[in-house]
Amino acid sequence: MSHITKQSLSELIKNIKDKKLSSTEVTKAFVERSEKSKELNAYVTEDFSAAIDKAKRFDQKPNLDLKLPGIPMAVKDLFCTKNIKTTAGSKILNNFIPTYESTVTQNIWNEGAILLGKLNCDEFAMGSSNETSFFGNVQNPIDKDLVPGGSSGGSSSAVAAQLTPITIGTDTGGSIRQPASFTGIVGLKPTYGSCSRYGIVAFASSLDQAGPMAQNVKDCALLHEVISSYDEKDSTSIDFKRNNYSKELTNNIKGKKIGIPKEYRVDGMPKEIEDLWKKGIDYVKDCGAEIIDISLPHTNYALPTYYIVAPAEASSNLARYDGVKYGFRADGENLIDMYEKTRSEGFGAEVQRRIMIGTYVLSSGYYDAYYLKAQKVRKLIKNDFDEAYKKVDAILTPSTPSSAFKIGEKTNDPVSMYLNDIFTVPVNLAGLPGISIPAGHDAKGYPLGLQIIGKAFDEQNLLNIAYAMEEKINFKNKITDWWIK
Amino acid sequence: MSKDKSEYLINRKDNQYEVVIGLEVHAQVTSESKLFSTSSTKFGAEPNTQVSLVDAALPGMLPVINEYCVKQAIKTGIGLKAKINKRSVFDRKNYFYADLPQGYQISQFKDPIVGEGKVILDMPDGQKEVGIERLHLEQDAGKSIHDLDPKNTLVDLNRSGVALMEIVSKPDLRSPDEVNAYVKKLRSIMRYLGTCDGNMQEGSLRADVNVSVRKKGTKEFGTRCEIKNVNSIKFMQMAIEYEANRQVDLLEEGQSIDQETRLFDTKKNETRSMRSKEDAHDYRYFPDPDLLPLEISDDFIEKLKLEIPELPDEKKKRFIEKFKVSPYEATILVSDNETSNYFENVIKKSDVKLATNWIIGELFAALNEKNLEITESPISAGNLSKLINLIKDGTISGKIAKTVFEHMMEGDKDPKKIVEEKGLKQESDPKALEALIDKVIDDNREKATEYKSGKVKLFGFFVGQVMKVSGGKANPQLVNEILKKKL
Repeated sequence: MSHITKQSLSELIKNIKDKKLSSTEVTKAFVERSEKSKELNAYVTEDFSAAIDKAKRFDQKPNLDLKLPGIPMAVKDLFCTKNIKTTAGSKILNNFIPTYESTVTQNIWNEGAILLGKLNCDEFAMGSSNETSFFGNVQNPIDKDLVPGGSSGGSSSAVAAQLTPITIGTDTGGSIRQPASFTGIVGLKPTYGSCSRYGIVAFASSLDQAGPMAQNVKDCALLHEVISSYDEKDSTSIDFKRNNYSKELTNNIKGKKIGIPKEYRVDGMPKEIEDLWKKGIDYVKDCGAEIIDISLPHTNYALPTYYIVAPAEASSNLARYDGVKYGFRADGENLIDMYEKTRSEGFGAEVQRRIMIGTYVLSSGYYDAYYLKAQKVRKLIKNDFDEAYKKVDAILTPSTPSSAFKIGEKTNDPVSMYLNDIFTVPVNLAGLPGISIPAGHDAKGYPLGLQIIGKAFDEQNLLNIAYAMEEKINFKNKITDWWIK
Repeated sequence: MSKDKSEYLINRKDNQYEVVIGLEVHAQVTSESKLFSTSSTKFGAEPNTQVSLVDAALPGMLPVINEYCVKQAIKTGIGLKAKINKRSVFDRKNYFYADLPQGYQISQFKDPIVGEGKVILDMPDGQKEVGIERLHLEQDAGKSIHDLDPKNTLVDLNRSGVALMEIVSKPDLRSPDEVNAYVKKLRSIMRYLGTCDGNMQEGSLRADVNVSVRKKGTKEFGTRCEIKNVNSIKFMQMAIEYEANRQVDLLEEGQSIDQETRLFDTKKNETRSMRSKEDAHDYRYFPDPDLLPLEISDDFIEKLKLEIPELPDEKKKRFIEKFKVSPYEATILVSDNETSNYFENVIKKSDVKLATNWIIGELFAALNEKNLEITESPISAGNLSKLINLIKDGTISGKIAKTVFEHMMEGDKDPKKIVEEKGLKQESDPKALEALIDKVIDDNREKATEYKSGKVKLFGFFVGQVMKVSGGKANPQLVNEILKKKL
């Protein structure tokens, strides 16, 4: 048996079910490795001793019929967890302890999993490098001073570094898939409406979606099966027939039609990304699937559209952080002064930038030119996909236009930072599922990911394609444990 | 001067001004729970005891529409003879305030649930139709309390998230009296429907009043001012009166009117500027991404139509046709469901004409004096019916009936028993009356002689004396007849 923390979720579950490992042993192993990995700064809040207590209790009366029996896991600090501090990576929520649990995390605990702690992320999930977090940068375990991607940077780092066997992130414009790509792991953004948004600190309501992050496709499928559920507490949750994604997983994708959108060949795309994409096409062909060239003509407009819609919703969603009811409050001369000081001191620069953009595009006189037009373009982008899906079953693209970059490299250039999301953003705008799987390395040995985009509610097919490709790619992440002294 | 005497005009030297008024009424939806949460809406609870995680806008909390409130809004729309929009959208109205936990109010901006409708007013000189522009659903805010603590403002979120219907009229109202009639009619319709209790003391019904003036005969509207959040009909009327005169004075001085939002100071009886058009909030309305558009099927609307009771206009028509009451009486009798029910119960077994007079006259006056609603009337419909029958069959006179009525007001007693116990039965035996009259004539010989010699006016004196001697019980008609013979 390999070392506990090197085991995949499926192996861990098997070993716990076969009584070869106890939940306590597993939990202790991940706690121990997490303790040794503080330099990664993946955690905002650790709940290690409580986790070990819960594991012991599980072992006293183990229910092995559960899908995640006694499995420890850390989650992104955007999910509200009852009685555990939930910060969304922000100073403004640094003292906030929810009295309630998000539906997605509740689903996880109901299946026997145990909370290890809360993982770092960009402030209010606004960022592509985890550098906007009030709690500091997260290190990518691939290399020192490399960003882990964002906003689910603590999550990607923790899975890649094996501090947690699996995790959940949230994805508004690529916040699961981009960090997954940067750290050599698998990340799925489900169809909008699959996973309840109840209890998740909101960024942009019409785009936010929780999803699983794991070391392989099968683990990802199992976790998705656990978190995807219809929830009456979220009016945008959709009641559709959900599969047993892990059980129904198959690598037989013969005859599937995979689309290659020409508009994703963007100017200035590094050759290694282009090569990776070509390799991906070959893998798909090897699996017996058919490659079809398609067009998604409005792709160019996706990024500007996203950077109108998402900040607009965010500017309103974040209005509740005003120092009145909970969270950080700065003293002021009067109500307005208190608001101004609280929000200036409580929010970081990127969050303030997006609130300003959002407020601007919704302002009277600008609404039609920006917000309304963006909504129309969003519809066109969705129509592009609808058209394409008349011909193909799924679409293959790179996950990101580059591999992970150095901490600080893009901090002062927001537009260059925003360009990171160029391949992932259209998927959120169209409400579709997308998965990033590790597919190769660049010249520096940094991982690169490929994205597969599916039809709405067709996660099973998406996972199957990813599963078949994964087998062909046979990716090995190069982690040296450089941060462990 | 004016062709119709009820026309409300403001006169200055050579000019006459007409007042144009539109109302935005905020009516609290009668519902156990709030518009987007399951918290109770009960009035008068301890502060902050009816606040859910959603109402307090905790992170990650999401609104879920209360179907009952949607039904109530549609029913109200049907009652206003309005178009029900099968697709409506909830928008966010963004602004910061301490009692607005979300930092936005969920309302309906572009696509309201109810479109154009109308309300018929019964004015002294006939009916008037007032157009309804729209009705939309929205959340109420919490309450800021500034006077409990010397340094701090306290916030009570019990109201936060309570469902309101904003009913916007067209600028069709022309006088404080019409505003009075409009608000009362609106309230009456909603009370019939059970969609709003109309309780203004508890804040269930408030209005923003838009006022402008224009020279009589002109077609164009003047610049309007909006008087915010007026919570009684009387204050609405006072505010309009003040505001219209203020605007006319400005125009007479050759000044223009600034479009602005004003507040009515009830103590000083004046309106004051709150903020100008330039300072108006930019609410940055946009569709709430947490809520899907509200889609309503024809079937859903048809089912609700079956639940609509007979409304005041139809009931009034029926009362006039079936019971032959006057339009004026019918308007009063149907003003609320409880009154019309009471009336219909009384007339089940008694005379309609008498019942109408007794209810509108004596009963309303007595209830008014005791500050009681008709549902709290000490006299049940059954007993009022009995009293009317005692008058009708001559057991008691109308005058005695008033005495009996007063006893009945002390507690719901059977009038027959009161008549027996107090010996108030009318004396209608001619022989007994003759004896009584003989005695009165005998006691007033001189006056009798004067009468006979032509002083006819004295007849009234003799009637009075007979009634007095009989303790008011003598049948007045018989007394008249016998006296004439005897004198």
